[in-house]
Formats: sequence, structure tokens, C-alpha cells
Amino acid sequence: MKAVSVEEAVARIPNGATVMVGGFMGVGTPERLLDELVRQRKSELSIISNDAAVPGKGVGKLFDAALVSTLTTSHIGLNPNVQKQMMANQVAVNLVPQGTFVERIRAGGCGLGGVLTPTGVGTIVEEGKRRIDIDGKNFLLETALRSDFALIHAFLADYLGNLAYALTARNFNPVMAMAADTVIVTAEHIVPVGVIAPDHVITPAPLVDYLIANG
Amino acid sequence: MDAQSIIARRVARELRAGNLVNLGIGIPTLVANFVPPDLKVFFQSENGLIGTGPIPEQGMAHPLLTDAGGRPISALPGACVFDSAMSFGLIRGGHVDITVLGGLQVDAEGYLANWMIPGKMVPGMGGAMDLVSGAKRVIVAMQHAAKGKSKIVQKCVLPLTSCRPVDLVVTDMAVINFTGGRITLQEIAPGVTIGEVMAVTEADLFIPANVPEMKI
Repeated sequence: MKAVSVEEAVARIPNGATVMVGGFMGVGTPERLLDELVRQRKSELSIISNDAAVPGKGVGKLFDAALVSTLTTSHIGLNPNVQKQMMANQVAVNLVPQGTFVERIRAGGCGLGGVLTPTGVGTIVEEGKRRIDIDGKNFLLETALRSDFALIHAFLADYLGNLAYALTARNFNPVMAMAADTVIVTAEHIVPVGVIAPDHVITPAPLVDYLIANG
Repeated sequence: MDAQSIIARRVARELRAGNLVNLGIGIPTLVANFVPPDLKVFFQSENGLIGTGPIPEQGMAHPLLTDAGGRPISALPGACVFDSAMSFGLIRGGHVDITVLGGLQVDAEGYLANWMIPGKMVPGMGGAMDLVSGAKRVIVAMQHAAKGKSKIVQKCVLPLTSCRPVDLVVTDMAVINFTGGRITLQEIAPGVTIGEVMAVTEADLFIPANVPEMKI
């Protein structure tokens, strides 16, 4: 793990990168990294995020600045900007059931090629996918998701990069921290090693590439 | 009593002690208001919490503690938090006893459509498809008709949420079940006649000899 400034971390993300962003409706989202993506005008991004949040918050900021070309997500219903950009063919939106979304990312982070899920069988989600019968029950083959970068928000990060989360801000963060080539983390508090007890570490330090240092 | 309260009160009577329950957005959320205080039920919020409590008092909201719509909530003593893989493992894995969801259409076979109107409203399915596929019991809480048009249809024309049929539909006019694969009128709301229910039900509803009044 390397501690870097937010400018330095975001400078490593090229235009057109595939980026996972933690958070649920903007809760548990690394806002400082998103603000910096907007400031450096990183464009043509492929974003993988549970939802599109709302304008002005979380990943919503990236759509306000029209920096996204593809969005893989489970819900965009509370962000009218994304719906407008989708209708205008400015953003391609791949809608994925939320449980499938997280399992595809988990598979990507765990070395699995995909998962078999009953969710979506017999619906339009099934289109273009393989249906597999196992012991008389139908499942869809859903392939793994990985990304170039994962932008993660933790509650506590220690000097080594061990992470702990708070309340409902945990959500997709620990799963995404497994599934990207480069993991960049913001934390509400950076604390000495040992402050997070071993039992309470959720994301182990070796998974973290960059921790945004206090300004 | 307004339509939403009738529905929420009736659904609340379906909850049993010890149940793990997931409430969707809209009318389903109101169900929590009508659970008797001595009935211990666990409410799950799909963004990673079991033990959701009421909306905090003014000035007490915590920015890292919200419901699936991003609104501030509280956590009850004994609550626990987890990541989204765990949250949907609970849902898909059959650990959630009851899910209560809103609906756009339910048809004679019990299929639910509740996540999109092609060309009009494409919000995304969020967790709805997993909830219907995985929960032990699926209850739909919705108005019986919208703008005079029946939401209990013979066959859903809107895209389905799941190929797993729902177990119970509670509306402002009736309770409907699918026992034995047949769409059946189970109860009628106070002050509503069977004829009035049938007039706004497009599906071929089976009417048993005895249809009691909904207890709310």
C-alpha cells in the first residue's frame, strides 16, 4: 500500500478506464475521488456501481459532468440525468439484478468464471444467457465482473491499509476491493496499526494499492 | 382509513414472531408502523442491515446509516450490519421469511411485474428480482386498480420480475391468494362488496362460498 494525494491517485486512471465505485445511493462512496475525477475530466469511463445515486451525490457527479459512456448497475430510478443520457444514447446502461450484480463482482474477485443464479430465469434478464438445469432446477450462468480500478470508501484505514467499515456504508466496498487490478481507498479516519483489531478488519491490507493521505 | 393504511395494516398481520422480513419501497415500508410492539420481528434493509429502527429524531441522523432509498434510519439494539454479498445471500438463499413488495401488475398465475414500463419507466430492478426468486414467502402490497384500471390482470403484459409466483396479494379492496395454483379471493376489505372487487379485477377470480372481511 502506498499513501498518495487524491490528485496523484486519480491521475493514474486513464480515460476509458473501467471503474468500480463502492456505495449504495451515495452512502459509502469515495466522494473525494469522484470530485477529483470530475476536476481532471476523466472521460469515456465504464462505471460499475450498484446505482446511479442522485444528481450532485456519489457517482451522480460523474453523470452531471457527462464523463460516463457505460454504466453497469441495478438501479438508476432516482437519477433523472442518467435516464436522460440513456434515452439520448449518450450512456449505455446494463441493468443487472442487485444480487446478481454483487455475485458477479464477488466471482471476479475470487477467481471464479461466474455464478449460477435462479434470479432472472424466465424474465428479460435471461436474454442472451445460458440456462443450466441442475437437479431439476433452472439457473442462469452469469459471468464474472472485474475492473481496472476500484474506488473504495472505508471508515477506518490503518497505516498498512487494513480497512473497516461503518454501518450501511459497507455495502459493495469489501466485494469490489477484491475485484479490481488497482484499488484506491479513501477513509474517514486513518489510524495507527493495531487500532483496528484483527477480528474487525474487513478488507485485508494486501488488497489495497493506494490510500488517499490526509491533506 | 386511507387505502395505504388498509393495505399496510393487513400485511402486518401476516408477520410472525422471529420472522426475517424485507420491506420494499412505498406502501410496503408502512407495514413496520403497524407491527404490534410485543411481536419481535427482524427487518432487513437490503443495503446491509438487520434490525432497522424508526427514522431518527431531528438532528440525530447518521450519514452512514440509511435505508435502501438513502434515507436516514436508526438501528435497534441487537442490529447487525454486513456487506451486499451477505445481504443478497440472505435474500436469495431462502433466509428471508417474508418479502413485501409493491406491484404494477399481478396475473392469474401469480406472476408479478413491478420493475419497468417499457419506453416509459426504466428505473432498474434493484433487488426485486432476487427478493421474489429467493424469499420464502412473497407478499405484494399495492392498490387494486390504478386510474380505474385493474392491476390484477389475466396475464401480465409488463416484463415479469420472476418466474416464481407470489404467495399473497393485499390491496385496498381484497386479499388474494394462489392456493392450488388458482387465483382466489380470500378476504374483502370492510365496506367493499364482492361485486365491487370483481368489477375492478381483470383476472378470472375464483370466489369461494365464504369470503370473510379483512381484519385490520
